[in-house]
Order: sequence, then C-alpha cells, then structure tokens
Amino acid sequence: METQTIVQEIGDIAEEAAKTPVVEVSGSVALLEALIVEGVDTIFGYPGGAIMPIYDALFDYNDKLNHILVRHEQGGIHAGQGYARTSGKCGVVFATSGPGATNLVTGLADAQIDSTPLVCITGQVFAHLLGTDAFQETDVINITTPVTKWNYQVTDANEIPEVIAKAFYIAKSGRPGPVLIDITKNAQIQLFNYKGYTKCNHIRSYRPKPIVRPQYIQEAAALINQAKKPFILWGQGVILGSAEQEFKAFVEKSGIPAAWTILGAGAIPTDHPLNVGMLGMHGNYGPNVLTNECDVLIAIGMRFDDRVTGRLDKYAKQAKVIHLDIDPAEIDKNVKSTVPVWGDCKETLPLLTALVEGKQHNEWLAKFNEYTRQEVEQVIEPELNPTTAEMTMGEVIKQLNEITKGEAVIVTDVGQHQMVACRYAKLNNTRSNVTSGGLGTMGFALPAAIGAKFGAQDRTVVAIIGDGGFQMTCQELGTIMQSGIDVKIIILNNRFLGMVRQWQELFNSRRYSFVDIQSPDFVALAAAYRIPGKVIDDRKDLPSALNEMLSNKGSFLLEVMVTKENNVFPMVPQGCSVSEIRLK
Amino acid sequence: MSEDIEKQEFNITVYTENQIGLLNRIAIIFTRRKINIDSLNTSPSEIERIHRFNIVINESEDVVRKLTRQIEKQVEVLKCYYHTNADVIWQEMALYKVSTDVIAEKVSVERLLRENGARVVVLRKDYTVFETTGHREETDNLISILQPYGLIEFVRSARVAIIKDSDGFNRKLREFERLEPGEDVIENEYLNQGQKVFTM
Repeated sequence: METQTIVQEIGDIAEEAAKTPVVEVSGSVALLEALIVEGVDTIFGYPGGAIMPIYDALFDYNDKLNHILVRHEQGGIHAGQGYARTSGKCGVVFATSGPGATNLVTGLADAQIDSTPLVCITGQVFAHLLGTDAFQETDVINITTPVTKWNYQVTDANEIPEVIAKAFYIAKSGRPGPVLIDITKNAQIQLFNYKGYTKCNHIRSYRPKPIVRPQYIQEAAALINQAKKPFILWGQGVILGSAEQEFKAFVEKSGIPAAWTILGAGAIPTDHPLNVGMLGMHGNYGPNVLTNECDVLIAIGMRFDDRVTGRLDKYAKQAKVIHLDIDPAEIDKNVKSTVPVWGDCKETLPLLTALVEGKQHNEWLAKFNEYTRQEVEQVIEPELNPTTAEMTMGEVIKQLNEITKGEAVIVTDVGQHQMVACRYAKLNNTRSNVTSGGLGTMGFALPAAIGAKFGAQDRTVVAIIGDGGFQMTCQELGTIMQSGIDVKIIILNNRFLGMVRQWQELFNSRRYSFVDIQSPDFVALAAAYRIPGKVIDDRKDLPSALNEMLSNKGSFLLEVMVTKENNVFPMVPQGCSVSEIRLK
Repeated sequence: MSEDIEKQEFNITVYTENQIGLLNRIAIIFTRRKINIDSLNTSPSEIERIHRFNIVINESEDVVRKLTRQIEKQVEVLKCYYHTNADVIWQEMALYKVSTDVIAEKVSVERLLRENGARVVVLRKDYTVFETTGHREETDNLISILQPYGLIEFVRSARVAIIKDSDGFNRKLREFERLEPGEDVIENEYLNQGQKVFTM
C-alpha cells in the first residue's frame, strides 16, 4: 500500500471516530444503559456497600428500570427465575458483595440445573482490596463457578459494555443458564470513554447450538415410521426453544402419545388427546410402565434425570432411543441414544415432522388409557373426590382448576404439594408451570411467584406452597407488600414436612425423625404485611374461599388445612425401575 | 473391581481462550466427580491467545467421553479431545540435583549420561543438575540409580503429548484465529475419530 493511501485511510478512521460522540460515563451508568438496550424492564435486588455506586446511578433510571426491593438475595434470584420462566426473557438480579453474593448461590444452582437465563450483577470490594479479606469480601467468582454457565469479574469500567453484552448472549443462547458478573467498586465509579453498547451475537469459542445434520433427521424419521409402539417424552427444551407449535405439529401428525417431565408441563395443553401425562417418580402410571414397553422412545429437550428414569439399567432397554437436544453433553449422558438429533428443536422438529408419516396409534394409545383407568380408580378418584373427613391436596387443585379453567400460572414449591400440583393442575398454556425441578429448592415458590407475576402481568399467578417451604422464604411477603404485586398464595398445610414423612413411613418404618413442623398463624403473618388471608379446614368452604382469593384485588393468602398423613402415589421407589411403579 | 479393568490412562487435550478462572472451571469438572488428575500441563499454544491444556487421568473411556463433552461445553473452551497413550507421543521432563563430589568419586558421569539419555544442565563444584526427558519409567529409572549417591533434589514436569493423528491441527487453529468462526462452525461430533478430529 502506498504511503499516501495509508495516510488517507488513517484520516478516514479519525474522521469516522470523531463522528461517534464519545461520552464520559461511570461504569455504573454504562451497566444500566446496557440493561436498557437489552430490553430489561425489571430488576430484583438488594443494595449494600459494594454495589452502592450502581444503586446511586439507578436513582436516576427509576422511570426506565423497575427495581423491586426484595427482602433477601435468595428471594431476589428466585424472583428473577420466576420472571424468566413466565416472560421468556432474561431475569436480572442485583446483590452486593460478600453475604449478598453468597445468598445468590442456591438460586444460581437452581437456575443452572433448570436452564433458566439469568444475569446477576454483584458488587465487589475495590480491586486493590481483592485478596485482603476486606469487609464483605468473598471470592464470589470461585464460589459460583460450578453453578454458573459463565462468570466474570470486572475490575475496569472499560470492560463493562462488552462483558454485559456477552453475559446476556451467553445466558440466553443455546441451552440457557445463569451468568454472574462481579464488578469491583472502583469499576462502578470509574469514568471512561463510553462508545455506546453493541449486543453480542458471537463468541469464537462458544457454540450455542450444534448444526442440524439431515442424516440424523432421516434416520430418526425412518425409525419412527417403522415403529409400532412409539412414545414421546418431552421436557423444558420445547419451551426454552419456543418450539411449542413445532412440537404440537409433530405430535399431531405422527399420532404418537407424549408424556412430560415437570419442567415441560404445559408445552401442549393438559387435555390434548395425545398428552398421556407426567413422567417420573410420581408421574402417571401408563407413561412409566409403558416406557419399558415402547419400541421407539423419542426424547425431546429433556435430560433423563434420575427422578424420571428410576433405575437406569432397567430403563427402556427394549427401545430404540432418539434424543433431540441442543446440548451435546446431554446426548448419551444417562441414556444411550440410537439416533442423536443434535440441534435446536425449533429447527429439528419441523424437519422431522416433514419426514414422518401421518399415523394414528389407536391400539397403543388404548394401552395408556387402560393404565389411566386403573390409576383413576385406585389413586386419582380418592385424591380428587375424597370421602374422608379431611381435605386432600388434590381436591384443592381440582377446585382451583374449575375456577381458573387452566388459564393461571401455577408456581409450586418443593415436596408433596408440588407433585400433587404438577400431577393435577390443568395447564392450557405454555410457560404456566413454574417449579424448582432439578434442584428441588424449598422456599422457591413465594419469591418465584412474585417474579412470575412481573413477567406475566396480565395473567393470574397462583403459588401453591407447603407449610414447610413457605417458612423458608416467607420474608418475601414484605416484597409483595411494598411492590403491591398481585400474587395468590395457597398454603397446603399438612402440619408435616410431608414428602420426607412419606419416605419415613414407607422406607424407615414410620420413624418420623424431625418432620413434625409447627407453623405460625399464617393468616396473621400475612396480615402483618397487610395481605388479606383466610384459613379453611372444611371442604364446603373451599369453592368460596378460592373464589374470594381469586377475585380479591391484590395478593391474598389462603391456608388450607389438609389431611396430615396422605401419601403421593403412584410412586417409583428409589432404586426401582419405572415399570415397578406402585399405585399404593 | 471390574470397573478398574476398563480404566486406562487417557490424554485429554483442551484448546482454550486465555482466561482467568478457566483452569478452575476445567478442574472442577474432574473434582466434582472425584476424579484425580494425574498430570496437568497448561501453556500457550503456537497461536497467540489460545492456550493448550494436557490433562492425564486414569478412567474408563465412557467416563472420559462424558468429561470431554462437559469440558467442551464451557464457554471459553474451543476444543477438547481425548486419546489413549497409544494415540499420542508423550514426554515428561525431569531434573535431578546431585552432589558433584559424590558423583565424581563413585560413578562415571559419562556412563550415566550415555545410559540414561541424560544431559548435564549445570555443573558446579558443589552440585550437578541432570535432565532427562522420557516416559515415567525412564525418569523413574534414573532416580533409583542416583538415589544411592545422595540425590539432593528431584522434580518432574507434567506430561506433554502430541497427537499422532493430528494432520491439519495447526491450520485449523489458525482458522479459528482468522475466521472468528461464524455459523458454519459446528460442534465436533466426530470427537476423537482419527482424521475427522477437527471437524469444525
């Protein structure tokens, strides 16, 4: 290149640079600007010393960013998860250094195992104090490495735009997950030449989704077309990939019965004729037994969790397995696949649908129905229409279904009530079932319901919580009070830590070790937070109480006293095969 | 135990970005499963900003395959492969410090050097430092020879390994650097299948 041309080029670059206005802003402002470009409208957070500069900047962004002050950082991150699950967007959480950051860990682990997109921002001590055991200093990067998809510590404000862009890209793309960005206080304060914010759409070492291989689609279709007893298992991947329509088209054309994991619930409506029910330990009878009878098993966006598979060496051994997943590490991790269909199911499902023959599997479907009949007779009928004096959890859910018609978002905690709610709640829509699946985090539901409502403000959000789990995060009633958010809370109170009690009854000869839990007056507790409430223990009050709760303007707490020693059935005992599922 | 029968040494090769914290992110994939890392070497590759890890573990192939997928899943990992010892050429380097007086009196330095492929790195009045490069048995062998003569200090490096079937590795790495690869770059599903190893 001739000298003159080079000079000319440098001149052009300088001129171009001069056109881009360079503004000097603080790291904190750059962060908030980044959130706005990323479409963030709600932040769940709690201030503290090391994140004060960000909160100071936030003071001027009140009209653009709705910050919800939670009562505990764990509540903040679960709210972020609930928000992400109903809205399909990325949850954003702020916390300070040290204890603020460590309080996020449970939520990060939960989001990691349930693939929930989150961007968590933590404050950190000044960079020059790192490693000195400064006040509220914790090595949050190393603590959170095992429970984040990615994490990064920012010590220089210049890095903030690029790092935040990467954070959102990584959290949302491919198999979603939580990202934590730790920003030292000096970087929050530091003024730097802000050149604007550009979204990230590529990182050279990161492949969010594998390329679809037509060969595997063809092999999968050939297997499906030859199958006499094909069976579909679907998980949250269908919802995370926004592939509900593609999935429905596949199911309807192929005519194959389909069962769901609890995180996949609602991707197609509960009453869809080919929806044969729930998988796993407390799932439906037919789907579990017939897993070991089908000839082709088509797993879509699910990861064969041990609660779904039971004993692995006796799991679907007779079947050819087609596994559709976006995460290559999931293929062959637990169950060996015959055909691995790597890719985003939003892309792979239509390709597969095009190649499968339109069919009906009436005889095969009748088998599911026969098992359903047995389950209804022995389990479902006594649970939903009990003749006992005391109420069951199931009848509360049934009554709720009748009033909401399956349109509500159901948020559950962990334990017996979770299994009952997942089994019996009617879901007409996707993104309607928010629960802690993989981690089984008690205390998840109340804060998650707050977030779920912020993520779906035009929908009714009902949190169904046990008496144990409610006491783990009940401080978030304060968040409800202050934000004025409308969350309907049902406490199913059996005066026990029910699931552990059930196991102690069945497997530890009724040695009830520390499961007898006392509770405060929940209605009085709600009243202290100016949330109206009611407690009922008589079946005849149930419809009116539920109606009162649902028609109340704003939040409402309904405590329902249910029978103490009820067990959730069916059940695949630990260490047993899915076909050894027990009805009692 | 029957599990032990399937276990053998595997060489895991990881290409990564040069990022603080990545060593920990990779290490915990092993420690979480209570798998001991027998040898770990990390150093810059021939391409600027790309680092290479050589990790040696003793495990069954099934476990190693899952581990490599978990490693490759990490955001800042470009590629991860595994190979048996038969698939790689590998070396470890060792340094031995011995008293010069003792060695001069009792053994022929020349014989030691010749028989063990060792070379003298430093020769001082008070001590001598030998270096050998080879497999574990070879470096171990010289320890046992020198031990009776007052071995003062010994150190061995981690293993480095070159993959036999790696035609085009350097070219592909350069492509990574040049292309900042776009959408046409895919997961390597032919993980560890000979020449297909670098299907990008």
